Amino acid sequence: MAKAAKTKAAEASVERRPALAGRTLSAPGVKVEMLAPAERISLRAPQASLAALSKALDVTLPAQPKSSAAKDGRTALWLGPDEWLIIDEAGNDPLADCAKVTALHSAVGISHRNVGISVAGPAAAVTVNSGCPQDLSLEAFPVGAASRTILGKSEIVLLRTAEDSFRVECWRSFSDYVFTLLSEAASDAAN
Amino acid sequence: MLLIRCPYCEEERPELEFRNAGEAHIARPTNIAAESDDDFEKFFFIRANPKGVIYERWRHIHGCARFFNAVRDTVTDKFVMTYKAGEPKPAKLPGASK
Repeated sequence: MAKAAKTKAAEASVERRPALAGRTLSAPGVKVEMLAPAERISLRAPQASLAALSKALDVTLPAQPKSSAAKDGRTALWLGPDEWLIIDEAGNDPLADCAKVTALHSAVGISHRNVGISVAGPAAAVTVNSGCPQDLSLEAFPVGAASRTILGKSEIVLLRTAEDSFRVECWRSFSDYVFTLLSEAASDAAN
Repeated sequence: MLLIRCPYCEEERPELEFRNAGEAHIARPTNIAAESDDDFEKFFFIRANPKGVIYERWRHIHGCARFFNAVRDTVTDKFVMTYKAGEPKPAKLPGASK
C-alpha cells in the first residue's frame, strides 16, 4: 500500500499544466484567448550562418527590422540584428532542425517559457494599444510585422497575424498580468 | 512621450522601450593595473555632466536589445541624433550653426 502511494506521488510530479489554458474573453469587437502550446526557440546567429539556418529550418530568417516570415506553421520573427524568435505551431521541433547545423549559432528551447495570446477583432489594435505605446496603424505595423515591445509593465513580443488580429507572446509568469490587462482593455475598447 | 530613433530598428520608437546607460565614448585603459589612482578616478568616477549637448549610451532594451549612442541636449531634453555603438563621435551635428 505504501508502495502504491509512492508511485502515485511520482506520477503527479511530472504533470505539465499550460498557464491559463483555455481562458478566453469576448467583448464587443474583440476576442482575447490563450493559444495552444507551441514549440519555440530563441535563435542567435551571425550573418554568415543565416543561409544554413534558413535551410535547416525551412523558413527564411528575415533580415529587415520589425518583420517576420512564415511557412507551414512555422514563423520566424526578427527581434534584433542577430536575434530571432522561431514559433512552430505544427508540432515539429525547430531545436532538432538547428542541431544539424554546423555553422555558428545559439539555439535555446523556450517552448515553456512563453505563452501565446490571440487578440482578434475590429478593435484588436485599440486593445493592444491600451498598454503598448507603438504605432499599430497598418502603415506603420503591417500584417506580418513583429516586434519586441512592452505592454503595461511587461515585455511582450507582438506579431500582427492579420489586419485585425495580433499574437501576443509573453513570459509564462507574466501571463496572468498580460491576459488581465488585455481583458480589461478589450472591455473598454468597445466604448 | 519622446520618440527615439533606434539605429538598429531604423525607426523612431517610444521612449518606454529604452533605457539610459550612462556617458558614451569612455575608453577603458588598456592596462588598468598600471593606472595611477588619479587617472583611475577620472576614468571610473568623473563624468562630464554638461549643460547642453551630451553624448550618451542608450539601450533599446524592450526592442532589439542593442546598445547605441545618442546625442542629447540636457536643457531641452531633445535627441539631436543617434548612431550605432562603435561608431566615432559625429564630427558635425545636424542643425548645428557651425
